[in-house]
Parts: sequence; structure tokens; C-alpha cells
Amino acid sequence: MGESIIRVADLCKSYGPVQALRGVTFDVHEGEVFGLLGPNGAGKTTTVEILEGLRTPDRGTAEVCSLNPESAGEGLKEVIGAVLQSTSLPAKLRVREALELFANFYPRRADVTQLLRRFQLEEKAHAFYSELSGGQKQRLALALSLVNDPKVVFLDEPTAGLDPQVRREIYDIIQELRRDKKTVLLTTHYIEEAERLCDRVAIVDHGRVMALGTPRELKQKSAGTTRLEIRLARAAANGTLAHLDGVSDCREFDGAYVLYSSRPPQTIVALVKQLEGENNELQSLEMFSPSLEDVFIELTGRRLRE
Amino acid sequence: MKTLSRTWTLTRLRLRLAVRNRAFFFFSLVMPLIFLFGAAIFLRRGPERTQWIPYVLGAVLTTTVMGSFWGLSVQLVTFREQGILRRFRLAPVGAGPILASSILSNYFMSLPVVAFEFLVCRWAFHMHTWGNLWLVFLLVTVGSATFSALGLIVASVTNTMQETQMINNLLWMAFLFLTGATVPLAIFPIWLQRIALFIPGQYLATGLESATTNMAGPAEVIEDVIALTLGLLVAFEVSRHLFRWEPDAKAPRSAKLWVLAALVPFLLFGVWENIAGNRLHRVDRNFETLSGSTIPEQATGAR
Repeated sequence: MGESIIRVADLCKSYGPVQALRGVTFDVHEGEVFGLLGPNGAGKTTTVEILEGLRTPDRGTAEVCSLNPESAGEGLKEVIGAVLQSTSLPAKLRVREALELFANFYPRRADVTQLLRRFQLEEKAHAFYSELSGGQKQRLALALSLVNDPKVVFLDEPTAGLDPQVRREIYDIIQELRRDKKTVLLTTHYIEEAERLCDRVAIVDHGRVMALGTPRELKQKSAGTTRLEIRLARAAANGTLAHLDGVSDCREFDGAYVLYSSRPPQTIVALVKQLEGENNELQSLEMFSPSLEDVFIELTGRRLRE
Repeated sequence: MKTLSRTWTLTRLRLRLAVRNRAFFFFSLVMPLIFLFGAAIFLRRGPERTQWIPYVLGAVLTTTVMGSFWGLSVQLVTFREQGILRRFRLAPVGAGPILASSILSNYFMSLPVVAFEFLVCRWAFHMHTWGNLWLVFLLVTVGSATFSALGLIVASVTNTMQETQMINNLLWMAFLFLTGATVPLAIFPIWLQRIALFIPGQYLATGLESATTNMAGPAEVIEDVIALTLGLLVAFEVSRHLFRWEPDAKAPRSAKLWVLAALVPFLLFGVWENIAGNRLHRVDRNFETLSGSTIPEQATGAR
């Protein structure tokens, strides 16, 4: 892994009474795909927009390609590309025109025809922006982020609101960026996205980095425990599930119980006996090996989508 | 050099978008022509048509040029609200090129419309004179830029499209009816004429009417050009200062004071004209080409 190309230290930012960032610190190495994983309002977008030079931090330091985003101006914009979470283009602008327009602003430019081909937009090259589907608009946004052949690409929730098919297409594009040795900083609230695409992940909540590491390292924190999600006909008696054989933790979410067990077979046997004794009924049971979702729940006590 | 190149790139974009916009054609071409034909019907029993057409053309050109103000403010607020500006913010483009390109594209789009209006007057209404074309060109150029810049200021101090439309309507009414662009200023009571001397559109309307009726030499119209140019420079700088990229960025309270700063040139000219100027005599003289010598007594008496 290369040297740090993005450095963030003790970043703080408030919007009125709301503290969006409370001392965020992390480094991103050159050539890696780094993920900021967290629920809405965790501070991911604020962090990325500070790094893009769109917002000013109240405290702390940020550095991209050895430049201070707050003061670097054009120097920074020439070496970064970005897909913003909420943005648009003029409705009557054609796809090729949009790429040519933005390419014209930079001294170093990617080939527009190649970008159209790479992002499967050749057939839509002469279509108006307003005529594109959500997936095509997002592909165009990704293509636009590469018109200057940037060193660092910021992708703020690039697949949010897209259907699974389009999401997979975007995953392929991000994998391509990794092969091209681009540094990618990706924000997401999709566990699958972070696990599948990111070399390292920072789990963010309430403006803080709760954990940081490779997905494997993070999941090892839950190593040895299996997640059992169960639904019962009636609510379980207080605390009974937490004391079942092998259970290290038990939480209730949306009427379901999540048990963390180091010995799943024994736990299931004990659960069935317990329910028989209470005259209760098991409606469903699902078993999961540890995921980043479990790490998130362990760290925050909440599910990612809550 | 980079700034000029980026401004030109954005200007070409704006021109492309404008020609694809049906509303633009309606408001910049159809509306002034409706006014022109309306005036033709209204005045058909008046003095010789060849006599009043240059005066009406001056008024129609004024309406066309002032229209820049309306379109640009709405467009800039739309771009900001839709998050289009924040996409541009990621590119190495500053507020200056974005604002300058809107002014330039508006100007380029107004030139064929102005030419078309001239040709309609010349051929359809048998206008006997071309007026002073150089002065018309100069006033259209400066006027288009000034009113575009004023539109950009409206966009800078308003937070929503609703607010923008409300302020636009208020200003547009004043520009249309208190400057001589639609109703000749000479028929208004003198106190209203004196108020009109503070309104930017008045300098454009009087200048263009003088130029199309061939009633004024460069020395006289130069005062209109100076007022409009000063207004342009201050308005451009203020709108650059107040420029906001983000949809959620609100205009600071001090923004309203900056708007006053943008109007300072017209306030100063208004004071000077009220004390020592002869603009209202020019207004009367231009009007005489339309009506012979029938300026209402009430208007001239107190002067």
C-alpha cells in the first residue's frame, strides 16, 4: 500500500447546534479504496465535502495530495474528481456536451469518447440530461468525475437509490478505478458495498470514527460469534434470552431478537427448550456469520439503517 | 487567460441552453414584438406612422434589453436550487466566469432579436430612419450587461424562487411603467418623472429613444452610457461578492445593504439630474416625435 494521500486529523464541524463532526481522524493510502461506512447523519458527507474544499472545518486539519482543501483552490480541483450526493446538470445539456464542457476546464483531460464507451453512454451521447434514467445519470456523474484524470476520486453515496442491477454496474466501475490505481474515498451506508469494494473501512457514527481497519480486521472483532435473528409469537420474558447457553449478547430490533452466540447449536437447543417452557413459539430463525453490520451494532447498539 | 477561456466555454454552454429553451424565445422575441404590434394598432390613427415608429422602436428595444434582468435571475436561482452550481464548484471555475458568461450569452442572444426588431420596423412599418446605429449598438451592449448584472444581484440576495419572482415582479413593473419603456414618461406628473430619474431603466429608455429617433448626438447619450456602465461595474462586483454555490446557503442580512451599494450610481445620477440635469427636457423632446407637441400641461408646467 502506498503513502498517505489523504490525511484527516481531529476534524470538527457544527451546523448551528448540531455537531456533525466531533474529531474525525483517518488516513487514506495512495491507490486504495477507502470507505466511510455509517448511517445517514453520521458525518460522512460533511467529511468528504471538507476534503473537496466545499466546506470549511471549525477545527482540525485536512490534507489531500499534500494540499489544504480550504486554501488550495484550483490546485486541488485539478487533482480530484468527485461524485456529489446531491447534484444535477442543466436539463437541456447533452451527455457528450457535459463531458466536453467539464473537460475543457482542466489542463489534463481524459478522452471523452473513451469515457462514453467505458461508462456505456455511447448510445446516449446526444441525449439530454433530462432524458437519462437514474442509473445513466449516475454513470454520467462518475464519468464527469474522471474527465481530468484525477489522482483522488470522492464518491459520496454513489449507489444510493439505485436498483440492484445498476448498483452492480457501479461496483464494477469502482473495481476498475482500483485497477487503474486511483485512490477512492467512498461513503456508503450499504454494508455489502463496503465489504465488497473497500480495502479499508472507517465506521462512522455521530461524527466520530468508531472503528477503522480492513473489513476482515473489523469482522475479526466479532470473530467466534454467530448472529442469530429470531422472531417469536410473543415477546420473550425479560432477560431470558441473554442467559441462553453460548449467548454473549442479546438485542431487540423491530420485534426481532438478535443473539450473538459462540456456540450456535447449543444456543438453538437451549432456545427451543426455553420457549417450550414459556409456551411460546419460534416463528423464524436465521443464522449469519459475522459481518460489518454486526461490528456496527456492537459499536453503536444500533442497526445501520435506523 | 485561463479565466477568459473558461468564461468563453461557459458562454457557449449558456448560448446552447438558451436556444433550446422555448420560454426564452417567447419572452425575448415574441413579447417585445407583441408590444410593437400592439403599439402599431393603438397608434394607427395618430400622427404619421413613419414619425412615431422610431420612438416606439426605442421603447421596444428597451423592453428587450431590460428582459435580460428577468431571465438571468430566475436561471441562476434555478441552477443553485437544483444543485447545478455546486457541480461547477468542483471544477476549477470561479464565480466570475459563471456570472460573466451569463451576461455575455444574454448579450449575444439579444443582438439578433434587436436586429429583427429593427428590420420589422423598417420593412413592415416603413420606418424612415435607421436612427444612430452606433449609439443604439453601444446602448444595447451596455444596457444588456447592466440589466443582466442587476438580475444577478436579485439572484444573490434571494433564497428561494418564490422570493426571486416576487422581487422580479416589483422591479419589472417599475422598469416597464416608470422609465418610458411602455408608457411615455413625458405624460406622467412631474413628481413621478423626478422619481423615475433614480430608476436604471430610465437611462436606457431615454438613451435608446434618443438614438432611434436620431434626436441626440453622442455627447448627450454618453451620460446614459456612463450611468449604465457604472451601474454594471458595481452590480457585477456586488453579485460576485454575494455569489452562493450551495442550495442551502442563505443570503446574509448584510446582502440587502450591498444591493443599495449597487444602486448608488443611479442614486447619484438621479440626484444630479433632479438638481441640474436636462434629462426631462430630452424626455419631452423625444416624446414630441410621437405626439407632435401635445405634452400634457401638468407635466411641463412645473419644470
